Amino acid sequence: MTLTRTAGGLLLPDHDAIGEWRRLRDRLAHADRATSAAALAALAGGIRRTVISTIHAAGLGHTGGDLSVTDILTTLYGAVLRIDPARPDWPERDRLILSKGHCSVALYTTLTTCGFFSADRLATFAAPMSPLNGHPSRKAVPGVETSSGPLGHGLPVGVGVAVGLRLRGSPARTVVVLGDGELQEGSNWEAAMTAAHRGLSSLTAVIDRNGLQQGAPTGDTNDLEPLADKWRAFGWEVAEVDGHDHLALLDAVTAPRTGRRPRCVIARTVKGRGVSFMEDRVEWHHKVPDAEQTRMALEELR
Amino acid sequence: MIVEETHDCRDAFAAELVRLARDDSRIVAVCNDSVGSSKLGAFAQEFPDRLINVGIAEQDMVGIGAGLANAGLVPFVCGAATFLTARALEQIKADIAYSLANVKLCGMSPGLAYGALGPTHHSTEDLSWLRAIADLPVVVPADPAQTSAAIRWAAETTGPVFLRIGRFPVPDVSPPGGPAFAYGRAARLRDGRDATLVATGTMVSRALQAAELLAERGVDARVVNVSTISPLDREEIIAAARQTRAVVTAEEAVPTGGLGAAVAEVVLETRPVPMRLLGPRTFAPTGETAFLLEHFGLTAEGIARSALEVLGLDDG
Repeated sequence: MTLTRTAGGLLLPDHDAIGEWRRLRDRLAHADRATSAAALAALAGGIRRTVISTIHAAGLGHTGGDLSVTDILTTLYGAVLRIDPARPDWPERDRLILSKGHCSVALYTTLTTCGFFSADRLATFAAPMSPLNGHPSRKAVPGVETSSGPLGHGLPVGVGVAVGLRLRGSPARTVVVLGDGELQEGSNWEAAMTAAHRGLSSLTAVIDRNGLQQGAPTGDTNDLEPLADKWRAFGWEVAEVDGHDHLALLDAVTAPRTGRRPRCVIARTVKGRGVSFMEDRVEWHHKVPDAEQTRMALEELR
Repeated sequence: MIVEETHDCRDAFAAELVRLARDDSRIVAVCNDSVGSSKLGAFAQEFPDRLINVGIAEQDMVGIGAGLANAGLVPFVCGAATFLTARALEQIKADIAYSLANVKLCGMSPGLAYGALGPTHHSTEDLSWLRAIADLPVVVPADPAQTSAAIRWAAETTGPVFLRIGRFPVPDVSPPGGPAFAYGRAARLRDGRDATLVATGTMVSRALQAAELLAERGVDARVVNVSTISPLDREEIIAAARQTRAVVTAEEAVPTGGLGAAVAEVVLETRPVPMRLLGPRTFAPTGETAFLLEHFGLTAEGIARSALEVLGLDDG
């Protein structure tokens, strides 16, 4: 479907960035593991620095979650997803759905590293009439598959995509990136049942398991554990990995399927990862760094 | 009075969907354990792989609809109107309307159709809720011909829509010959100079009967069928307010936010005339649908009485 992108700033492909991203993908396709790990780490570092600068400039953002999900997004866009940033509506593309839509700055920044649009547009984040809203809008941002923000919406949509692609005979894959706190929404478990019942082996859910929600640890709020057992009981295969280890994430997402089952990757992460004074601190859920904190954070992320 | 033949619009819906699906392999149906009540049995027989029954899980159902559209299919997402709209309202707003997903939401058995099953099963708020959502057309066919035409229009048009598919039996009201449904256009089924009866869905045939009763009292009533509640045909409503002295609306839904409020907004902003907004304003008592419609004054007599009142011609 052709979408009318919103007024106030059409986001167009950045062909230089697309070229750079394609060269990275080609390099990674033939690289040894150490080289791949280094390339993805460098990409993630750049994304984290841009996330900090963008949130500081806009005075708005979900800093902690952006930094916990960065390595997941970096791995998927940098090494896994078959996409064409020049053709965001390419029917045979793999789909990534960011269910935790509040981490939009990490997503937008990652999309610019693929060339869906130019990185200089990040300066308009949250500005009047910008296509880059606080939560991603499908109508406004190429590469965004569904508008997200209210929690518990991504997995049902991902299930629908996977069912639809299979009906169409497409081999394309669907990845849904979820927050751990949002697993308290019942809609996820409706979708988890449907995905297993329908044997959606092209579907992967990656959970950014940073252990914190807006106001407190998930364990103190409405405990999710035993989380892996829950997904297994719902009929999914489960992998648990260090969510900041790019190669471990890559292996977990791309490992051959053992049957007609969807896969859940529980990525153990640290909220605020990479900035010492933000790490595992609940107040950084949506706190915005001031000028000095921004300087210190960028220094640590160099 | 001649007893007219009446129809359950779900039958026209089901038959049209099967016809369309034969020609367009992108069409799929999604439902919430409602194969029977959504009349999808024939569809399931002919296209077993293209019926996605998610079970009793409306949020999942609507999200899956958005995903199927993303994958390039044209999903008709069917469920009892109250469960589809109330349970999954946030999915309808964010995943369908705000995402401009090409999903056809089909609210079955709306209004008071579930009769004595009670207010938990009545869908009387759906028009208010959905009319408040941007980028979501709200369509209410009044008879089988309109239902079939609206389904065809929905399948051929890219973008989201909510279709309210009636269960309570209705007679044919569409004039023969012309197009049964024109998106965004209200149909003037009877002209008149004294008052305008604006109706939707099951109330259209009753408004036509009310006009007959009013004619016996010397009142010349216009009847307008609003089959697209959102976006509303403002021109037809403005014409009614300019050319007649009063407007009565009738719907099987709460008028606070539904058709009544939609019409009142236009009348108020352009040419204020006296109005009466008919529709249930409380949870229904126990009773079958016909009884409940009578209870809320949603009959030919009730509509005619309201017209006389608003014109100052009532005997009381």
